[in-house]
Amino acid sequence: MLSMIGKRLAFAIPSLIGVVIVTFLLTRALPGDPAAYFAGPAATKEAIEQIRKKLGLDKPLIEQFVRYSADLTRGDLGSSLTTGQPVATEIKNRLPASAELTLLGLIISITIAIPLGIMAATRPGSWIDHLCRVTTTAGVSLPVFFTGLVLVYVFYFKLGWSPAPLGRLDVFYSAPPNVTGFYLLDSLIAGNFETFRSALSQLILPAATLAIFSLAPIARMTRASMLAVLASDFVRTARASGLSPATVIVTYAFRNAMLPVITTLSMVFSFLLGANVLVEKVFAWPGIGSYAVEALISSDFAPVQGFVLTMAIMYVALNLIIDILYGIIDPRVRLEG
Amino acid sequence: MKRRDFLKSMTGVAAGALVPAPAIWSSAKAQSRQETLLIVSESGPNNLDIHGVGTNVPGYEVSWNCYDRLISHEMKTGPNGVPYYDRDKFKPELAEDMNVGDMSATFKLKKSAKFHDGTPVTANDVKWSLDRAVSVGGFPTFQMGAGSLTKPEQFVVVDDNTIRIDFLKKDRLTIPDLAVIVPCVVNSGLVKKNATEKDPWGLEYTKQQTAGSGAYKVASWTAGTEVIMERNDAWVGGPMPKVKRIIWRIVPQAGNRRALLERGDADISYDLPNKDFVELKDSGKLSIVSTPYSNGVQYIGMNVKVPPFDNPKVRQAVAYALPYQKIMDAVLFGLAKPMFGAAADKATEVAWPQPHKFNTDIAKAKALLAEAGYPNGFETTISFDLGFAGVNEPLCILVQESLGQIGIKTTINKIPGANWRTELNKKVLPLYTNVFSGWLDYPEYFFIWCYHGKNSIFNTMSYQSKECDNFIDSAVNAAAIGDKANYERDVKGFVDLAFNDIPRIPMFQPYVNVAMQKNVSGYQYWFHRRLDYRALVKA
Repeated sequence: MLSMIGKRLAFAIPSLIGVVIVTFLLTRALPGDPAAYFAGPAATKEAIEQIRKKLGLDKPLIEQFVRYSADLTRGDLGSSLTTGQPVATEIKNRLPASAELTLLGLIISITIAIPLGIMAATRPGSWIDHLCRVTTTAGVSLPVFFTGLVLVYVFYFKLGWSPAPLGRLDVFYSAPPNVTGFYLLDSLIAGNFETFRSALSQLILPAATLAIFSLAPIARMTRASMLAVLASDFVRTARASGLSPATVIVTYAFRNAMLPVITTLSMVFSFLLGANVLVEKVFAWPGIGSYAVEALISSDFAPVQGFVLTMAIMYVALNLIIDILYGIIDPRVRLEG
Repeated sequence: MKRRDFLKSMTGVAAGALVPAPAIWSSAKAQSRQETLLIVSESGPNNLDIHGVGTNVPGYEVSWNCYDRLISHEMKTGPNGVPYYDRDKFKPELAEDMNVGDMSATFKLKKSAKFHDGTPVTANDVKWSLDRAVSVGGFPTFQMGAGSLTKPEQFVVVDDNTIRIDFLKKDRLTIPDLAVIVPCVVNSGLVKKNATEKDPWGLEYTKQQTAGSGAYKVASWTAGTEVIMERNDAWVGGPMPKVKRIIWRIVPQAGNRRALLERGDADISYDLPNKDFVELKDSGKLSIVSTPYSNGVQYIGMNVKVPPFDNPKVRQAVAYALPYQKIMDAVLFGLAKPMFGAAADKATEVAWPQPHKFNTDIAKAKALLAEAGYPNGFETTISFDLGFAGVNEPLCILVQESLGQIGIKTTINKIPGANWRTELNKKVLPLYTNVFSGWLDYPEYFFIWCYHGKNSIFNTMSYQSKECDNFIDSAVNAAAIGDKANYERDVKGFVDLAFNDIPRIPMFQPYVNVAMQKNVSGYQYWFHRRLDYRALVKA
């Protein structure tokens, strides 16, 4: 097993190198001129040239790339011009914010979508099946920023139940000591329940927004794969043997239906992590999605490259975990190199 | 106590503990809420030092409030009763007094002035800071140059508390240029300690922390999220500010900034869409202050180097075809000062900006276009900066529709913010809309940048006119020696020429809109258009 994991990781190296080269070239191909952008509103041609020199952008592309790769091997992703901070630190600080939000959103989504999908599959055509269809279609067809704004409007602006959409914590709370970077866990570790409550109340609306959006793929996939499994011979045998419907559905059918669901989950997770830019914008969430988009808008190369590289590494890691999970759920699946 | 009652009271307590606080301020925080001002805006600083490489405009706000300059401006009452900086009256900030001679100015420093770390402010710090501003390159050096401050030799330490600034030449803008944000005084001892060989001016250090003597100091900064500033209780640059702590949160979504204001959670916000400001004004729940940009105009520019816009008749036709009033009503919701449609017999004023005499007159535009040899119009593109799409996009659509009526078919070209300056610099866009505003509020300053034949980046039209250059140069010289009669003649001369040749068509003076809670007062308009926390009061 360990050697398999090692082999898989080794296979990932060429793709990562490819990602580094492609993002480097792509960011250089962007139409904007960072020197002109950062020279300020009142720059002369000479001022722009001075900035270009300072940023090292006057050097030939190859030299820039060699320097960038050399920095990479030392774990230095360069510095962002828009925020003025080293990219590695920023990503380290922002990734947990996005991950915490996405994970919570996904957990909410799973707890609703999987039971909904199973129930819809066991009673196809019934009211619950229709309910499943309607909620998932509605959830996926509403753009996330719209759902987010509606939730803010109703729960913050109109009802006042939810705290102000001002990011991860209320302005007067300070962040818990950093252990995992997840405020919920960190505040519990520090035993600070007030901060925990504040962090949780800030998380609920954005997490719900993400959950609504991701209900559809999970519920639909659960339903479809359950339908297929429920129609198979071994389920008929189990039923015929007089096993209780709960045992048949949960123990026999669902376990076998889980593989495609897990695959979908991994897709949804990685998609949400990078694509929840809009949710992050609406809730002023200091995550990596909004970071990357800001950087892109101002032709700020370093963060864009850092972001793509981080996402690539996450994909590789996620796929590996999913493959391992396959083996645990279904021993027939072998982890191939 | 009976068992049942005990259980009842316990569940009561438990329920009470679970009910979340309705607002974001729990009662324990009420005190600090009183002393804290919560500002929300779309974007935050990328650098705390205005001398840094590529410091953005929000960064200027930090510098303004955390650093002192030798001198600053007095206040006067501006349009609509708002306190407005007085262009012509200076007051000492770090300096105790200012003595302007013929070819130099001498400043005595306040002896009690101390940097945030407690070291006294000396003339050596001032010299080092000014040397830094004229040497680092980029925007700060450029801005210093605008006041003929270009060489370190100009800044002379007389003694520990006295600094003399020598003039290279007589220039009316030298003293005003010492009161802008750039010539701020930096704690040279502290910064030198943190400078490296590669970075002799310590720009990396001051990027992350403030090293000044100003009224506020940055307590913490999370880029893209928030800036927290604490009051410097030892400040001697002016009356002690009332607000102890500033929390500046970045809220990218305009709708949420508005919701935060309306719910009473945020104290101040600017950069909301015009429509929101109008609605907030009408609702009467908040105080809204709108002030026109000083020395700033949004205009339609035309490239006068290439046909068809090289023909003044074509430019005049466009000037008669623009839907000025529609733009004022539908795009700006009235939140701008019109710069068009002056009465035909109105004499030119010695002022800038001032309205021109063009008005929407499609028949006249058609006639002019026919005279110019384009009876059937022509095709062109109109470009705008997507970074300000909220105003620019509807504006360009209205212009497109209106120009269509005289046969000019336009395609709209949206240019991303990052790319806008590069494109302008190439000076190839035939037709575009843009804003220019100068910190120094003098007509000749605007014209040097925007109309002079030396063709700076802001002369986006590539306008070249010997006559205009003569007027501008002559006005600069007249101002330097205080020759009022000639100055007035020259200003009127170049304004008239700009309106006759009309290489760019001024449309309106945009407003700076600030929305505050009713209990917040003391807002002042400054040339830099950012907030001055030092005067703000929260009741």
